[in-house]
Amino acid sequence: MSRTEPTSDAPLLRVRGLRKSFGSNVVLDGIDFDVRRGEVVCLIGPSGSGKTTVLRSLNGLETPEAGELAFDDGSRFDLSAGVGRRARSALRDRSAMVFQHHNLFPHRTVLQNVIEGPVHARRIPVAEATRRATELLDRVGLTDKRDAYPHELSGGQQQRVGIVRALALQPDLLLFDEPTSALDPELVGEVLLVLKELADEGWTMVIVTHELDFARRVADQVLFFDAGVIVERGAPAHLLSTPEHERTRRFIARLLHPLDE
Amino acid sequence: MGGMPVLTTAAEGATRDTWTLLVDSFWPLVSAGLSATIPLALASFALGLALALVVALLRISANPVLSAIARFYISVIRGTPLLVQLFVIFFGLPSIGVVIDPWPAAVIAFSLNVGGYAAEVIRAAILSVPKGQWEAGFTVGLSHTTTLRRIILPQAARVSVPPLSNTFISLVKDTSLASLILVPELFAEARQIAAFTYEFMVIYLEAALVYWLFCLVLSSGQSALEKRLDRYVAH
Repeated sequence: MSRTEPTSDAPLLRVRGLRKSFGSNVVLDGIDFDVRRGEVVCLIGPSGSGKTTVLRSLNGLETPEAGELAFDDGSRFDLSAGVGRRARSALRDRSAMVFQHHNLFPHRTVLQNVIEGPVHARRIPVAEATRRATELLDRVGLTDKRDAYPHELSGGQQQRVGIVRALALQPDLLLFDEPTSALDPELVGEVLLVLKELADEGWTMVIVTHELDFARRVADQVLFFDAGVIVERGAPAHLLSTPEHERTRRFIARLLHPLDE
Repeated sequence: MGGMPVLTTAAEGATRDTWTLLVDSFWPLVSAGLSATIPLALASFALGLALALVVALLRISANPVLSAIARFYISVIRGTPLLVQLFVIFFGLPSIGVVIDPWPAAVIAFSLNVGGYAAEVIRAAILSVPKGQWEAGFTVGLSHTTTLRRIILPQAARVSVPPLSNTFISLVKDTSLASLILVPELFAEARQIAAFTYEFMVIYLEAALVYWLFCLVLSSGQSALEKRLDRYVAH
């Protein structure tokens, strides 16, 4: 299930000039970054800093007032024009989203959750979609939960199904919105492990997370958001250990030592 | 009454007569219920639900004109008596040249009525499904319509079964109004028997009992349906 190697030097995705505001409250104030094929990009920062809004914009779940997304196949999405229905659908063909609260379909079994998109959006025959879904479920150790309903699973299992549901779409880009924030602490590890395996296989991933240790070990690039701008960016070893900006330092210190002043 | 034995007291005769009357009229009432009340309620409810779904979607729609039309419809239906709606359709429309037979007139009136009430139930049920379910549908590539149909409505259905069952049970009882526009349903039968025997108390109580029996059966159907739809929800 690993992705094809990069064919050109152009980044898989260029994000340029994302802007969004609610009234006078500026949520995104000119966001630019590139995502290369096979790269893991972690977005960190305080809540309300705009990182989740950026991630959701990549999947057409938010509509910024300005900005452009350009993919390496030449497709461009001018967000300032307001993404139309067709463009949004094309945008969603490129990426798949894993939510903080998994958002599995409660009335469908695990298998039905996974094949919903392939069968009803991508028009893949049920037998084929089922075969692939079964393979993917097997990979994350959930073969025996195929016919269970989401509520019968643990939080970690639910999130792994959420990941499989995204993988089944065979996207160029996997998007994760705080995939472990809603989990009990002892369940975080099993989900992060799956993410790490995906990274090792060469999937391109953009991950909003508060797991700094995970970011340090898996990310190729870390973007630190604050108040709607990217304050600092770089390799995790550099950004997380010796941040240049005071705001970055304070944020990292607060995550590592929440009780310190 | 005619065949009363001569040697019984008036009270004894009345008791025996009452009992016979109850037994004799039970089947005609049940039969009228099965052949008219229930089919009338089922047909009206089915059409009404379809209408209600459309009205609910218009009401939710971002288009202010469509939403206003839906609101107006709901307001009129809920703000006027069902009996008046029924009379407008059956007795009123002929005066502008539209003559509708009792049966279709009743079905139209009841469907329009259910459409108004159930629309609000369905609207609330759709809005009760978390926004994340819409987003999950979109991100796996489903269109708005497909997400509504395959993801949202099945979940809304579960939420709306109890209130819609209420609507249905009210409707079963409200069909008694159709007796006033000459539909030969349960209450029309009861009125006929009562008029014939002058046993108003007995016959109307018996009619009430038969309605109640029908509603008991329907309520148990509701429980079964809820149980079936609940199978994917944690308890």
